[in-house]
Amino acid sequence: MLLIRCPYCEMARPEAEFKYGGEAHLTRPDPNVASDAQWTDYLYFRANPKGEHGERWRHAVGCGRFFNCLRDTASDRILATYKIGEPRPAAR
Amino acid sequence: MKFSFASLARQALTGHQGWAPQWRSADLKPAYDVVIVGGGGHGLATAYYLAKAYGVTNVAVLEKSWLGGGNTGRNTTIVRSNYLWEASEGIYAHAHELWKTLAETLNYNVMFSPRGVLQLAHNRHEEAALKRQIHANRLAGVEGEWVTPEQAKAFCPILNVDPGIRYPVRGAALQRTGGTARHDAVAWGFARAASGLGVDIVENCEVVAIRRDAAGAVSGVETTRGAIATKTLGIVVAGHSSVVAGMAGVRLPIESYPLQALVSEPLKPVMSCVAMSNAVHAYMSQSDKGELVIGAGTDAYVSYSQTGGLHIAAATLEAICELFPIASRLRMMRNWGGIVDTTPDRSPIIGKTPVPGLFVNCGWGTGGYKATPGSGNLFAHQLATGEPHPIAAPFALDRFRSGALVNEATAAAVAH
Repeated sequence: MLLIRCPYCEMARPEAEFKYGGEAHLTRPDPNVASDAQWTDYLYFRANPKGEHGERWRHAVGCGRFFNCLRDTASDRILATYKIGEPRPAAR
Repeated sequence: MKFSFASLARQALTGHQGWAPQWRSADLKPAYDVVIVGGGGHGLATAYYLAKAYGVTNVAVLEKSWLGGGNTGRNTTIVRSNYLWEASEGIYAHAHELWKTLAETLNYNVMFSPRGVLQLAHNRHEEAALKRQIHANRLAGVEGEWVTPEQAKAFCPILNVDPGIRYPVRGAALQRTGGTARHDAVAWGFARAASGLGVDIVENCEVVAIRRDAAGAVSGVETTRGAIATKTLGIVVAGHSSVVAGMAGVRLPIESYPLQALVSEPLKPVMSCVAMSNAVHAYMSQSDKGELVIGAGTDAYVSYSQTGGLHIAAATLEAICELFPIASRLRMMRNWGGIVDTTPDRSPIIGKTPVPGLFVNCGWGTGGYKATPGSGNLFAHQLATGEPHPIAAPFALDRFRSGALVNEATAAAVAH
């Protein structure tokens, strides 16, 4: 079980308090002008890296807010958690 | 060396000292007609059918570690074919037919045991979904029937059908022709047969880069054991599909998650079938060694760690102990994870990529083992002819653009 620091509650809490929200920093293209390829990529295609992964979590039974997390998918080590709207931290 | 009653008797009389290695330990040649990345069941089956059915024998299978050491050796060995949609019925029924004669085909005992697979329903919604699946299957000629809790209990006597438990059994979908097969033997049998037909199987050989020519087409691969030229490259690497395809700049609609399993200490025979519950992410059968083989759920998040969180396995065991009270005093011997490559519609991706010469057979997610021979056979057609086999055509990568998804979220869920 992961130990995740909620950037709003400013506390490290067990994974059971959180819901995973998938890959972070996806930008929804405007469906009126997006090509099929852009829309398909947005809907279904994911980076799925072995290494640093930017992802969303929600502190479901805490503050209830979404935030972003940088985690190494090979080791499951959490590198950073940060508030929605903040830029993804630089690679380490 | 062919296995037969005579060869077994001769070896028995001479102390089993005369068995030869089952496949050649090949060295890399500088070039191949087809290179397959991934020496699991699907990759080895692809190589076998390429050589056997399509006469393509100048083939290499590259495995980064040892044969069948990934998901082939980590799954719970369940074989069934009762999926919902016609496309899925086609592909899984095709595999199911091959399983029935696979031991004879390969001259290798894969221990296919059609002992019956029960899929339990715990609420009326699951009951409706499973009945719909059964009706769809019967229209397509795929065997399956609905059984009451009492009938399920008669089929699987250790099942707890008390209506007052947390996960009461309201009935079950039963596929009597489903069952199990020995996973290691499947990898070894395909490897032995492919090697005998001239395929080079190279272990401890990890692909680190994919080479492309000026037109963008595949021209070869770079590995930890040197570079190889090839114009046809098949990626059959399950959990690492995004990583290997990424070497050619190809993105896939796949996310990789750890899926866990456990085995108990060995018991005398107590369970003659497979029972699975999608709702509680628990499924169980008994191996021929006597261990209860238990499948658990996936972690919530993308990971390549091949372990998974302990709370996932614990939740499964809680449900197992309630559904099978006999299990409550058992010790678990081992617990492990495998990395499954899941697609948005829970159906595999077989076929072309945007890069000429680069093909993928991936996205089997939590349930690829059952399809091993069919997957190999169909992907061999793709690699040999350049075009998809009609059975595999609905599973092309392009379906995510066209919208013709094959949604098997109910039939596949996590339980296999």
